[in-house]
Amino acid sequence: MSEHVVSRKTYFLIFGALMVGTALTVAVAFVDLGIFNDVVMLTIAVAKALLVILFFMHVRYSGRLTALAVASGFLFLLILMGIVVADYLARGPLPGVG
Amino acid sequence: MPDAAHAHGHAHGHPALQHQFDTLEQQKESSTFGMWVFLVTEIMFFGGLFTIYMIYRMASYEGFAEASHELDIVLGSINTAVLIGSSLTMAMAVWAAQTGRARTTANFLVATIVLGSVFLGIKVVEYAEKFHHDHVPGWGFAWEGPHADAAELFYSLYFAMTGLHAVHMIIGIGVLAALIRPALRGRYDASYYNPVEITGLYWHFVDIVWIFLFPLLYLIGRHVT
Repeated sequence: MSEHVVSRKTYFLIFGALMVGTALTVAVAFVDLGIFNDVVMLTIAVAKALLVILFFMHVRYSGRLTALAVASGFLFLLILMGIVVADYLARGPLPGVG
Repeated sequence: MPDAAHAHGHAHGHPALQHQFDTLEQQKESSTFGMWVFLVTEIMFFGGLFTIYMIYRMASYEGFAEASHELDIVLGSINTAVLIGSSLTMAMAVWAAQTGRARTTANFLVATIVLGSVFLGIKVVEYAEKFHHDHVPGWGFAWEGPHADAAELFYSLYFAMTGLHAVHMIIGIGVLAALIRPALRGRYDASYYNPVEITGLYWHFVDIVWIFLFPLLYLIGRHVT
C-alpha cells in the first residue's frame, strides 16, 4: 500500500499529459468561446490537478484516510466559495468595478 | 527465515523509528496523513484568495480580461512548464529514495531546486516589468485602458496570489535543500523515505496552486484585443 513504488514510466506519462494539457489550455485561450473560455480552461486545470493528486501525490495508491483528508479539503473549499457567491448574488447584481 | 527475522529486528531498531510508533509503516501513515491535514489548511489559505478573485471576476468581467492581457503569456507558459518539470523531478526523487539510490535522490532534489529557482527568477523578471510599467497597485498605479479600477484590483490579486505562491516555493526550496545531505548519507531507502515523500506532497501542492493561477491570471484576456 504505502510501500508502493510508482514506476518511472507512469511519472513520465503523467508529466507528458500535464504538458499537453498546458499546451491545450494556452491554445484554447486564443479562441473566442465567450463564457466557455473560462469553463474549458478550468476543466483542463481540474483535470491536471487530479493527475497530480492521484499519481504524483500517490493518492491513487494510498489508503482511505488519505483520500478522505483530500476530499474534505476540496469540500470545505466548495462550501466557502458556494456560500460567499450565494451571499453576493442574494443581494442583487454585483456592483461593477470600472 | 533468518533474513526475515533480521529484517524484523532491523525495523524495530531502525534509527528513524520514533518511540511513539510501533512500526515504520505506522509512522509513515501518520506523517503522510499529518502532511495532508496541513495541505487542507493550505487549500483554505489559498482558497480565500481564489474566492475573492471569483467575486471580482464576476463583478468586472471585461476589466479583468483587459488587465490580464498585459501579462506576458510566453513567460507565464514557460514558467508553467518549468514548474511541472520540477514536479516530475520531485516525483523522481521520491522514486530514487524508495529504491535506495542515494546519489540519484540527491541529484533529483538538486534538479527540483534548480527548476524552482528558474521559476522564481522568471517571476522576478515579470515583477520588474510590472514596476517599470507602473502596473503595481499602491505604487503610482497607471492604466491606459478604460477599466483602470478593475485593472488595479486585478493586479492587487495578481501580486497577492503569485506572491503567496512564491513564498511557498522559497520555503519548499529551503526544505528540499535540507534533504540533500541526509540523502547523500544514504538515510533514505524502501523502509524509510518519509521526509522525501511529504516534502514531495508539499511541492506538488504548490504546483497545483500554479495550475489554477496560470489560466486565471494569464489566459482570461487572450481572445480579447
